[in-house]
Amino acid sequence: MLGLNKKDASLLVVVAILVVCAPILLNPFPENSSLAQFNAGYPDLMQRFVIFGIFAIGFNILFGLTGYLSFGHAAFLGAGSYAGMWMMKLLSINVIPAIIFSTVIAGVISLAIGWISLRRSGIYFSILTLAFAQMAFALAASVLTPITGGETGLQTNLNDPRILPEFLGGGSAVDGNIPKPSLFGIEMTASFEIPVAGWLWTFNWGYYICGIMMLIAFYVAIRIFRSPFGLMLKAVKSNQQRMNYTGLNTRPYMLACFVISGMYAGLAGGLMAAMDPQVGAERMQWTASGEVVLMTILGGVGTLIGPVLGAGLIKYFENIFSKINKATLEVWFGVFPDWMSDFFVTIVYPFIGKGWHLTLGLLFMGIVIFLPGGLVEGGQRIRKLFNRKSSDASAKANPAE
Amino acid sequence: MDAIVLQILNGLDKGSAYALIALGLTLIFGTLGVVNFAHGALFMLGAFCTVTLSRILTLSHEVVDPTRKDFLGNPLKVDVPYIYDWFGESTGAAIIDWAVPLSILFAIPIMIGIGVLMERGLIKHFYKRPHADQILVTFGLAIVLQEIIKYYFGANQIPAPAPQAFVGSLDFGALVGFEPGAIIYPYWRIVYFCFAMLLVGAVFAFLQFTTFGMVVRAGMADRETVGLLGINIDRRFTVMFGIAAAVAGLAGVMYTPINSPNYHMGMDFLVISFVVVVVGGMGSLPGAVLAGFVLGILESFASMRQVIELLPGVNQVVIYLAAIVILLTRPRGLLGRRGVMED
Repeated sequence: MLGLNKKDASLLVVVAILVVCAPILLNPFPENSSLAQFNAGYPDLMQRFVIFGIFAIGFNILFGLTGYLSFGHAAFLGAGSYAGMWMMKLLSINVIPAIIFSTVIAGVISLAIGWISLRRSGIYFSILTLAFAQMAFALAASVLTPITGGETGLQTNLNDPRILPEFLGGGSAVDGNIPKPSLFGIEMTASFEIPVAGWLWTFNWGYYICGIMMLIAFYVAIRIFRSPFGLMLKAVKSNQQRMNYTGLNTRPYMLACFVISGMYAGLAGGLMAAMDPQVGAERMQWTASGEVVLMTILGGVGTLIGPVLGAGLIKYFENIFSKINKATLEVWFGVFPDWMSDFFVTIVYPFIGKGWHLTLGLLFMGIVIFLPGGLVEGGQRIRKLFNRKSSDASAKANPAE
Repeated sequence: MDAIVLQILNGLDKGSAYALIALGLTLIFGTLGVVNFAHGALFMLGAFCTVTLSRILTLSHEVVDPTRKDFLGNPLKVDVPYIYDWFGESTGAAIIDWAVPLSILFAIPIMIGIGVLMERGLIKHFYKRPHADQILVTFGLAIVLQEIIKYYFGANQIPAPAPQAFVGSLDFGALVGFEPGAIIYPYWRIVYFCFAMLLVGAVFAFLQFTTFGMVVRAGMADRETVGLLGINIDRRFTVMFGIAAAVAGLAGVMYTPINSPNYHMGMDFLVISFVVVVVGGMGSLPGAVLAGFVLGILESFASMRQVIELLPGVNQVVIYLAAIVILLTRPRGLLGRRGVMED
């Protein structure tokens, strides 16, 4: 199917089903139950899941395939966001030009940065990309204020020109309001809700557009992983020197890979701007680059599905875990005697709520130390464990064989 | 002319901080071959040693002072630090006033302990792993350390003033023959610079003139051969890790009066100090110190008003710009050795 082998095709289908059914699957608890705060099926968070999924998939194409650790990917994300915003200010409120333009701009910028940074490898490459990203961040926050809005950021305004005709999303205002980003008239924030026996499922247009983009991005990533080009990149990871000695110039391959990865980041940035039309410079800060590294490692470097899992996990932590407060904990541990519940609350409290970064850091360290392959490797190990047990059992059951 | 001298002086104190952090980073890299992203966190921990000590010193108990009345007419309750009871009021006040310099003594054993613990507990297991893994695990450790500090000390800046004797500024210009008032330089920054030079000198002297340092230098050049000679080089490298942590910590301790510590100060310095290390040349100790001062001074020159008018925004990016230029033109950095981390 679509030039994929059976295994990859089934992976793509599974991911597609998950993306389509996410509003249902991520809302496992009834609306009024005490566990409802663990529901992640609201549009804003689901959009973030898939957008950061795209970002992490793109990062993984670079880091997972070639082993080049870029600490500057947030620059492309930010550049994509700014580019998308400008399209929505100048051309039309339709998200399609915004998404296309953000991807292209990020591609151009990553071509320039990659051209220079890829002269070096290893830690020097990391430092170079970091330096470029920090420069981009500092400039966006100060000198480039006419383009980026500086500290206040960039928003859509009432008096933006939006020169395209009305039916393509042009026009500066709708009924005196700032128009919301839309796709041929369907607003990104529009959603319809289906209440089913206590559950409330929200199907949001913006989420599905992001979801479709992620599926396309995922499909392209699979094709890259399985292509001769991907094989070349893997060869760079395992031994670049040998590649050079066999007479192959790896530079063009590396540059192409870097640009593709940057374009993924730009696409994610453009989608972020399209879902929530405001951009600030902090999106380019190096901590944002660090976050995508965390996502990729948590999920599993060099695997197809890993980065998406990692992105989902971190965004889930950031939005759900950070909301748990002391009172909630006291309710949970209320079943125990007082002294015991106090003890548990004191132990657990530093790790949740505002301290979720601590849990994240510990989890991350644990993964790097014990599970270098991330969650995906963890899953594989568990499956292997079960397989061995069942095969042992079958061996015992049929000793005669 | 006076403007140039002023900018050089301004660059020196920031440059000292860069140089000290970069020196520690290079010590770790040169000995153990580990890229330590948690080094900024060690700097931050040092700064919080100061905060802890000044809190310990000001631990106090309530005493009723019958001679004074509060606004309700009751005898006034006064918080008296325990240290007043032990050493008398004037000595006690002086000790509290000198909390920052005293923290040096307090921080050295703590930072060496943390460093040794870190090396034995975590870094040891990462010698054979790729550099990317080392970067990642120490990055995770930095997040953890930073969050622990945030949990105990809160997210706000905590002021830690310099001793009264060093508050105020020196009219440096008048000393060397410029107009009075042209070059004003705070006393504490002079102290910081001298302290940094002293510390750098001490580390170099330790490596150069002691037997221990000689063995460590030999180990940096060829670890395996030193091991074959029957010397337990690992233990010495562990000690060096502790010393590197102490250097970063002391840089943090003395930096507190210049910039009130908060939990993410380490991350702010980390990025720049890595740039400093790479510019100086991976594994080169003099390179790290030199690059620290050069970049500090470069940064302060770029913040001059005339320069900003000419090239707006250059003060924000000059360090990174310098790093990019140097990395592309001098692949080993300013003073890098041949054969150390050459891609």
